[in-house]
Amino acid sequence: MTATIPDRTTVTQVPDRSAPGEPQVLRRVGGRRASDTMAVIGAVAAGATTAGLLWSQFMPLTGAVGYVVSAWLLFIGYYAMLLSFDETAPIVRDRLASAVITSITLLVLGVLLLVVGYTFARGWHALWHVNFFTQDLGRTLPTDPLTKGGIVHAILGTLIEVGIALAVTVPLGVVGAVFLHEVRSPYTRFVRTVVDAMTALPDVLAGLFIYATLILLLGWGQSGFAAACALAITILPIIIRAGEVVLRLTPAGLKEASYALGATQTRTVWHVLLPTSRSGLVTAVILGAARAVGETSPVLLTAGVTLNINANPFSAPMMSLPLEAFVGVQSSQAVERARGFGAAATLLVLVLLLFAIARVVGGRSAGDPSARQQRRHAHRSRADFGRIYARATARQPGPITAVSPLPNPDHADFAHGDTL
Amino acid sequence: MSEMRKLTANVGPVDRAFRSGLYAGGTVVLVIMVLVGGYLAAKALRALKAAGWGFLTTQEWNPEGGKFGVAAVVVGTVLIALVAVTVAVPLALGTALYISEYAPRWLQRRLITVIDLMAAVPSVVFGLWGAFLLQWKIIYVSRWISDWFGWIPFLKVDGVARHDPYASMTVYTSSTFIAGVVVGFMVTPIACSIMREGFSQAPIGEREGAYALGSTRWGMIRSVVLPFGRGSIIGGTMLGLGRALGETIAVVMIISPVFIIQPHLLQNGTSSISSLIALRYGESTPFAISALMAAGLTLFALTLVVNFAAAQIVARSRSGAVSDA
Repeated sequence: MTATIPDRTTVTQVPDRSAPGEPQVLRRVGGRRASDTMAVIGAVAAGATTAGLLWSQFMPLTGAVGYVVSAWLLFIGYYAMLLSFDETAPIVRDRLASAVITSITLLVLGVLLLVVGYTFARGWHALWHVNFFTQDLGRTLPTDPLTKGGIVHAILGTLIEVGIALAVTVPLGVVGAVFLHEVRSPYTRFVRTVVDAMTALPDVLAGLFIYATLILLLGWGQSGFAAACALAITILPIIIRAGEVVLRLTPAGLKEASYALGATQTRTVWHVLLPTSRSGLVTAVILGAARAVGETSPVLLTAGVTLNINANPFSAPMMSLPLEAFVGVQSSQAVERARGFGAAATLLVLVLLLFAIARVVGGRSAGDPSARQQRRHAHRSRADFGRIYARATARQPGPITAVSPLPNPDHADFAHGDTL
Repeated sequence: MSEMRKLTANVGPVDRAFRSGLYAGGTVVLVIMVLVGGYLAAKALRALKAAGWGFLTTQEWNPEGGKFGVAAVVVGTVLIALVAVTVAVPLALGTALYISEYAPRWLQRRLITVIDLMAAVPSVVFGLWGAFLLQWKIIYVSRWISDWFGWIPFLKVDGVARHDPYASMTVYTSSTFIAGVVVGFMVTPIACSIMREGFSQAPIGEREGAYALGSTRWGMIRSVVLPFGRGSIIGGTMLGLGRALGETIAVVMIISPVFIIQPHLLQNGTSSISSLIALRYGESTPFAISALMAAGLTLFALTLVVNFAAAQIVARSRSGAVSDA
């Protein structure tokens, strides 16, 4: 009984695509449709207006934050309703998730913008005056207008304190990171654990430690140096940890090649490990510096407050920008508060500046040289080649066939050549 | 005949000197770190001995009077940190998902920079913003919550009648809630970068498998990205918690310190260990400093436990999350 069942047999007709006829149109399988955009716009408009109606007409409600929150909740509701008209449940859920996640990101960016914008808006009046950056507050009364006095003492103090802190932590931090990376022993593990533990040290405790030792125990008094020490204790573990992470990113092949060429550990670290991770290390240091510039609580405990310019870090209190901002805004005088906000804005500019430098320097990954470095490598390789060629011809008169002619220095492989 | 060739490297005098240099550097770092921790602990011992177990149960802070303890400040610290984490986790999770799953490539790198920048904004700037702008906007939300959810014990606010339009708004200022929200915004970028890193490591094979089975993007995120990134979510949360516990200046600028256990999140007045230290370090007697160090040590113990737990979780999720695909 092997009768065929013709009803159930479907013969698939392969369309003859070579035949002329309808033009072939590529079907879009992704991307946004007009209806998606419409649904978002409609839901936003409906949410904002319904919330506005509730706020202004129906309920005794006040406050901008509450309005935004309820408008957003209404938007999500409307959006779900609009989507459910012509989409299936999984797609509705997908779109709602996209909407929630996107709005959370916008909220975070908005908060950042608000924090930065508010600081600049309140500090704007102070920032306009040139004297704000050229004078200190030593002969300025709290009631004097913004045309008198400035925060140069705080700027100078911040630069001195952070400079000293970096002068201590950069060499120590890099040596510590290389130590953790290069030496393998139980002792290293112990040091790593302790450094890890110290990254958890709250910054105010670093300040309290310096306050208790340098200031109370040794009686040095509050000074810029004490503040620099507190900052150094705060950022040292951060720089070591970040530096070790950067060192670990060095391609293992480069190090192994160095060892295979017979280089010692010292040479490998000096000529391979540190140069390849240089931009990363610089980034780690700059980010540590950005952290140190903005630290307030260690400085509050150790530097003391002053209105005068003080370039000597070893005696007398020294002002710094975060401290000026902290003290200034707590004043009862509007002018002093404006100065505080101005100091905060200056501080933000400084952090932004450090960050921009970090982006420029640290934009490349380990072992990826910049154009200038590549040119320098190529130049050195050419010089080495010439030297080797000259020595080889001197030792062995006659034509040399084993050594190829001078390679093209523009060639990519050559340009990437190692400096070893 | 066939003697085993020695395979260890021949360490020359230069290398030996180099290594001892490294050891010296490492030891200096170790000594500094141990000195800080050890000195704090040694100094704190005096106050701890004087206070005994009462140190953990006393709410007052009056070292000269002999009655002092961390009960109030520890509760304040933990509550502020918990509010902060409650705010920060959804924000960090959403932003991390957006950066790793939704953003186009050109936007991705920029967003990462912006989030890193947010992590670098000094805490005093966040404090200014919280104390001068956010506080005066968010008290209305505080009032609304306490009006409608005041029956939940920790959302109650003493001293105001519900729905009283003439009630003073100052009772809602300087509260645990406001300090927690500001600190939450501060720790969001830190938690976000840990989570993003975890999400971006979710294996491509599983992602494509989910899409091939007809999953939507959200379905793929739920079934692939979130399970693979679970360790990093927990780790990022814990790291944020550690930072939130230790935050000083922003909290000092917002709260008005009280030394009683304040379980009402929305009500004026709370305290934290770090703000206690920042406000009281000027007390001249050595014993008061010792008492502050004991409080600081309590805080350090808290952050240490949280940070190590976070590091463990992140490390374990990294090694375990490799798929066979």
